[in-house]
Amino acid sequence: MENSKISIRDVSKSFGTKKVLQKLSLEVPEGKSFVILGPSGVGKSILLKTMLGIVTPEQGVIEIDGVNILSSRKTRIDKTNQIGMLFQGAALFDSFKVWENIAFRLIQGEGQSRKQARIRADECLAQVGLTPDVANAYPSEISGGMQKRVGLARAIAAKPKILFFDEPTTGLDPIMADIINTLIKEQVSALGATAISITHDMASAKKIGDRLAMLHQGQIIWQGSADEIDHSGNGIVDQFINGRAEGPLVLTS
Amino acid sequence: MIFNSINIFAIIGRIFINFLRTVGNVSIFAVNSVLSIFSPPFYGRAILSSLYQIGFTSLPVIGLTAIFTGAALALNIYDGSIRFNAEAFLPQILGVSITRELGPVMAALMLAGRSASAMAAEIGTMRVTEQIDAMSTLKVKPFNYLIAPRIIAGVIAMPLLVLIADIIGIYGGWLVAVYGLDFSGTIFIRNLSDFLVMRDITSGLIKAGVFGFIISLMGCYYGFHSGGGARGVGDATRTAVVAAAVLILASNYLMTSLLVKV
Ligand SMILES: Nc1ncnc2c1ncn2[C@@H]1O[C@H](COP(=O)(O)OP(=O)(O)OP(=O)(O)O)[C@@H](O)[C@H]1O
Ligand SMILES: [Mg+2]
Repeated sequence: MENSKISIRDVSKSFGTKKVLQKLSLEVPEGKSFVILGPSGVGKSILLKTMLGIVTPEQGVIEIDGVNILSSRKTRIDKTNQIGMLFQGAALFDSFKVWENIAFRLIQGEGQSRKQARIRADECLAQVGLTPDVANAYPSEISGGMQKRVGLARAIAAKPKILFFDEPTTGLDPIMADIINTLIKEQVSALGATAISITHDMASAKKIGDRLAMLHQGQIIWQGSADEIDHSGNGIVDQFINGRAEGPLVLTS
Repeated sequence: MIFNSINIFAIIGRIFINFLRTVGNVSIFAVNSVLSIFSPPFYGRAILSSLYQIGFTSLPVIGLTAIFTGAALALNIYDGSIRFNAEAFLPQILGVSITRELGPVMAALMLAGRSASAMAAEIGTMRVTEQIDAMSTLKVKPFNYLIAPRIIAGVIAMPLLVLIADIIGIYGGWLVAVYGLDFSGTIFIRNLSDFLVMRDITSGLIKAGVFGFIISLMGCYYGFHSGGGARGVGDATRTAVVAAAVLILASNYLMTSLLVKV
């Protein structure tokens, strides 16, 4: 039995009458790459945000390294500080240049000199396949796919122990998507990091995921390895991975 | 009929409860902002850039407002006081009106329109594009980085702007008095400086500090709690300006009644 880096038990979160997470439980093993699948609007991003401490669930336990981050403000900040996150919309700071975005945590959060942080920022920029001339551009001056890659570079800049990727390859061409998938795999093995990725793309899910899980109606309804997903025996999973409109899975919202 | 009146009570009740809730939320936000000012880390660059935004770039607007207000005020005082042959007191009345009341209030209202709106729009956009969430994942507390610098800058910049507004406003009145109403320039200044006491100016500057706090607080609060999308940010911006203006005027009365000690 492997160690759990993140362990979620009975977490519920609703917005008004809309129940998004319903007593959801999940174990994320240390040093593995975990992929969460699920249709749009099912609550995947919200699930990541509860683990980040940005969204507070109504009930449940979220443990990182065996410590409940909901127990106090201090443990929440301590534990979530080791997470690097790529937001779905990249969420770059538009008043900062690309390299300053990547170096934001190093300079503002950890007090490194701008010069020193710049070196690391350039390194990360190269890792996500961007040329050095992008460094001095502002986020509004680069394409959506490039913004996504800058967001990725920003997430890995401080070499975090945990990485969250919210749809890392959406909006990228297939070649770049593959480069990013490779990069995620590399980061996980090189940093020994634990990763959770959200994706709609089955090819990338199978490529990066050691373990895959399917979110449906506020719960994890299936999980297993990449090989197992093709014959999961679960109607909803089958429908989702084969992309059929007909089936037990009905998209309402 | 009965149902209708119950409905009205329900509506009034709901409005009242919502009002109290907002007051409570703003108070908590204000306390947290003040705490974040005194708790490290401190972001010097962010404070300087806020000071530049709120203070320096507001100078033209404040200057123009002050000079025209001072000029118009001089005309009005002259026209009113000549009815009981008291027009010689124009410099004194002008000086007191501007330093105690018009300088701080006009400057604050202009700044509410200019800075509270800009802060609400900027922070609101950061909220809806998840930049604030992103910041908290990068080991930076949004309160320390976004809110505290703006509050500090508001409280520092506003009194300085009002001091400048006082001077320019009086200069506007002086121009009108000397070139339009045949006052002697030197006598105007002498009368004014003999008459004005330190308290006239400091009471205006104290007000200004409070107004600066209100402007930054409203801009930050409504931006920070902005709803989704362009519309949410638009609402936040509008509400921030209106709330800042109302609070400035209400607190102005309150502070005036305390400061004049009647
Ligand atoms: N602040 C909020 N207020 C109200 N409802 C919200 C809020 N945030 C999210 N929701 C609701 O929670 C649900 C889950 O949202 P979430 O962003 O997690 O979906 P998702 O699974 O990431 O979808 P997608 O794949 O499209 O990104 C949505 O139905 C959304 O309407
Ligand atoms: Mg999402």
